[in-house]
Amino acid sequence: MKNLSTVSTRILMAAALAALLAAPFVAYPRFLVEIMCFALLAASVNLLVSYAGLLSFGHAMFFGAAAYVTGHAVKVGGMEPASAIVLGTLLAALIGWLTGLLAIRRRGIYFSMVTLAFSQLVYFVALHMEFTKGEDGLQDVPRRALLGVVDLDSNLAMYFFVVAVVGAGFLLIYRLVNSPFGQVLKAVRDHEPRAVSLGFRATRCKLIVYVISAALAGLAGAVKAVAFQVVTLTDLTWVTSGEALLICILGGIHTLLGPVVGAIIIVSMSHYLASFAEWVLIIQGVVFVVVVMLFRKGIVGEFYAWLERRAAKPGTALPAAQAQKE
Amino acid sequence: MSSLLEISISSFLGQLMIGLINGSFYALMSLGLSIIFGLLHVVNFAHGALFMLGAFVAWGLLEYAGIGYWPALLIAPLIVAGIGLLIERLLLRRLYGLDQVYSLLLTFGLAMLIEGVFRLKFGASGQPYPSPIKAGLELEMAFIPGYRIWVIVASLAICLTIWFVIERTKLGSYLRAANENAPLVRTFGINVPRILMLTYGLGVGLAGLSGVMAAPIYQVNPLMGNSMIVVVFAVVVIGGMGSLIGSIIAGFGLGVLEGLTKLFLPEAAGIVIFIAMIVVLAFRPFGLFGQDPR
Amino acid sequence: MSDTKRTSGAGPATACLSIRQLVGYYGQSLVLRGIDLVVNRGEIVCLLGRNGAGKTTTLRAIVGLLSRCEGSIEINGQQSTQWQPEAIAKLGVAYCPEERGIFASLSTEENLLLPPVLRSGGLSLDEIYELFPNLAQRLSSQGTKLSGGEQQMLAMARILRTGANLLLLDECTEGLAPVIVAKIRQTIRLLKERGFTVLMVEQNFRFASRVADRFYVIEEGLVIDQFHRDDIAENRTRIEEMLGL
Repeated sequence: MKNLSTVSTRILMAAALAALLAAPFVAYPRFLVEIMCFALLAASVNLLVSYAGLLSFGHAMFFGAAAYVTGHAVKVGGMEPASAIVLGTLLAALIGWLTGLLAIRRRGIYFSMVTLAFSQLVYFVALHMEFTKGEDGLQDVPRRALLGVVDLDSNLAMYFFVVAVVGAGFLLIYRLVNSPFGQVLKAVRDHEPRAVSLGFRATRCKLIVYVISAALAGLAGAVKAVAFQVVTLTDLTWVTSGEALLICILGGIHTLLGPVVGAIIIVSMSHYLASFAEWVLIIQGVVFVVVVMLFRKGIVGEFYAWLERRAAKPGTALPAAQAQKE
Repeated sequence: MSSLLEISISSFLGQLMIGLINGSFYALMSLGLSIIFGLLHVVNFAHGALFMLGAFVAWGLLEYAGIGYWPALLIAPLIVAGIGLLIERLLLRRLYGLDQVYSLLLTFGLAMLIEGVFRLKFGASGQPYPSPIKAGLELEMAFIPGYRIWVIVASLAICLTIWFVIERTKLGSYLRAANENAPLVRTFGINVPRILMLTYGLGVGLAGLSGVMAAPIYQVNPLMGNSMIVVVFAVVVIGGMGSLIGSIIAGFGLGVLEGLTKLFLPEAAGIVIFIAMIVVLAFRPFGLFGQDPR
Repeated sequence: MSDTKRTSGAGPATACLSIRQLVGYYGQSLVLRGIDLVVNRGEIVCLLGRNGAGKTTTLRAIVGLLSRCEGSIEINGQQSTQWQPEAIAKLGVAYCPEERGIFASLSTEENLLLPPVLRSGGLSLDEIYELFPNLAQRLSSQGTKLSGGEQQMLAMARILRTGANLLLLDECTEGLAPVIVAKIRQTIRLLKERGFTVLMVEQNFRFASRVADRFYVIEEGLVIDQFHRDDIAENRTRIEEMLGL
């Protein structure tokens, strides 16, 4: 993740905070909540791709499973949202751990297909389980008071709650990536045999980041269930996993903010084009193709690259480290 | 005797046929995928969409030009292969030096694009396509449509022919050598970039061919590639990405497995292939016949 | 030590290969810093030097396998820098790599027949079987099941059929038994009689000194010295010191 100067970082963060606080008065809070949920889901996929080099096709299983469990806990179990969300997230982490035990030991397309297979299995199980209500989905999940005290009925209140939770998720990713563990992950991703020879337990590291990624995806799903009060089988399909991937690549794979920018664009697009359902697929396809062919680093990635090129004034040779990265 | 397991012989035969039919398409499609992956190292997500394209081209030929099944069997795959040549030449080729993720995402995007275009024009509904063979095999317990026999026999023949050409002929030796060490093969004066392009065309041509053959059986609709692609990928992975014989065996085998599972455990038919994949990958990291690429 | 009368030979008309100021990169690292060398028709020239000096990289640049290079490479009178490998092959140069590059998924015969005949002047199959009789006996074996020596001979045999008149041999005696090395020496001498031109890379100076006409010493991507076979006797100690022997 790129580092800007401390002053610029501070200014950016203050601006971001201000934007977050003002946003719900400018745009529909519900719309913003949707963006944040998908941003977190995409960020969880991004974490796995960027830091473990593992492309998962199955993150919908964490997202959807947590959504169902959280929704059910609130609607039928009478739980208040915070504990229900924790429950859903823990379930996602458990599924992550179980599937990861096999998935992590495979590489490349084999890893991706194993995640897809598990995802299909979870979908299948959910389709046949009573409590998911099959094709109808889980409807009318009530908005209970947070911790029994804070009223979340209004979309505005819900918005701030989601900002806090999703923000915490992103903060976790940020801290993880900049920690010593993050460095180990980078070493394993870049050159696993060497990392192993240095004594790092690559498989264990990958499993840990996989489970964290699963938990974050679950967190996104759980929040979605509470905020939108509806959970459907679509949340468990590979279409959802595919959308998360699209958001990642559009925003920029190796960046922290990429998923946010990508989510803003993709969710906005699906809303604007809601009446042109068939066009959405075409446009998303075109976006995929254009981004992969021309803007590989994604919006945020290309922006950072542009900043770096400006920092190196014309006429000066790029320092060797910069040149290496090109 | 026939009621021993409360399953009649005719329904057994029926499901076996369905299994073999599906298996035929799985084998043809995964053969194409394996060929493309083996040489280009590209996971071609556009395969399902090109299968659907092949079916629509056949339908279009009939609807707008009065061209029937048998000529379409030749023309449609060529058209799809031609589109494949363009895709490789203009788009895929530029991604070869990069991480595999990018070519995967490109073909995924192309799949969405192609499906989107057809959904726009045709919605999600299907267009019927008449079966070219009306006669069939009249057995005591069942009637087996002649067309289905044709599909199974033709698919098997095509698969084995392609396997033979690649593994046992000089043309195939170019492909096999390029698989192992493309730069060295180029120093011999062999135009490997052109071979890559033609290989992609061949791979997707097989998908197009499957589409034509599938047209009289399933309805020709924009979603037909969607449901197929996920299963086909499972088949390729089980057989081993890049292994031709693995694709053929896994394709037919899993088709039959799926068909027969429907007989004994109908609920599980939808995911038996995924369970098989998990089981296989747990013991053989690269599929049944696949090899460690390193 | 270089005697210009003997080393540069006649002018460009008889130069089979002419390299001027060749600069080459592996990814970001600069490996060749300005190589200059000439190989005249019918000569056997050897590149000497320590590991990592840039000898193999030079050969790879000639056949077009180096991702980034600048300067001038002229093969049989034709400028070929920046050309694609397929096109360079048609100029009449063939490459026998250090790792031999025998294809595991091809039989011996398929390996042998893989490189297409691009020009006239190559050896016929009968001549090849006469030269390498043990290959003729192992035709249906899988390529990599052959012994090291047999694989080396296969790697050389397959490029003799193509009609290439400039052969690039990279470490063709590495790890081989003396009997096989002698056979290879014999083969190279025969090729010279047939009018082939050879540019070879060789760590084994003893072997090279008995085969090659001229030598270039390469260190850190530059030619630091060149000499003729006749110069060796007088300057043996100095040469061996330079090569780190």
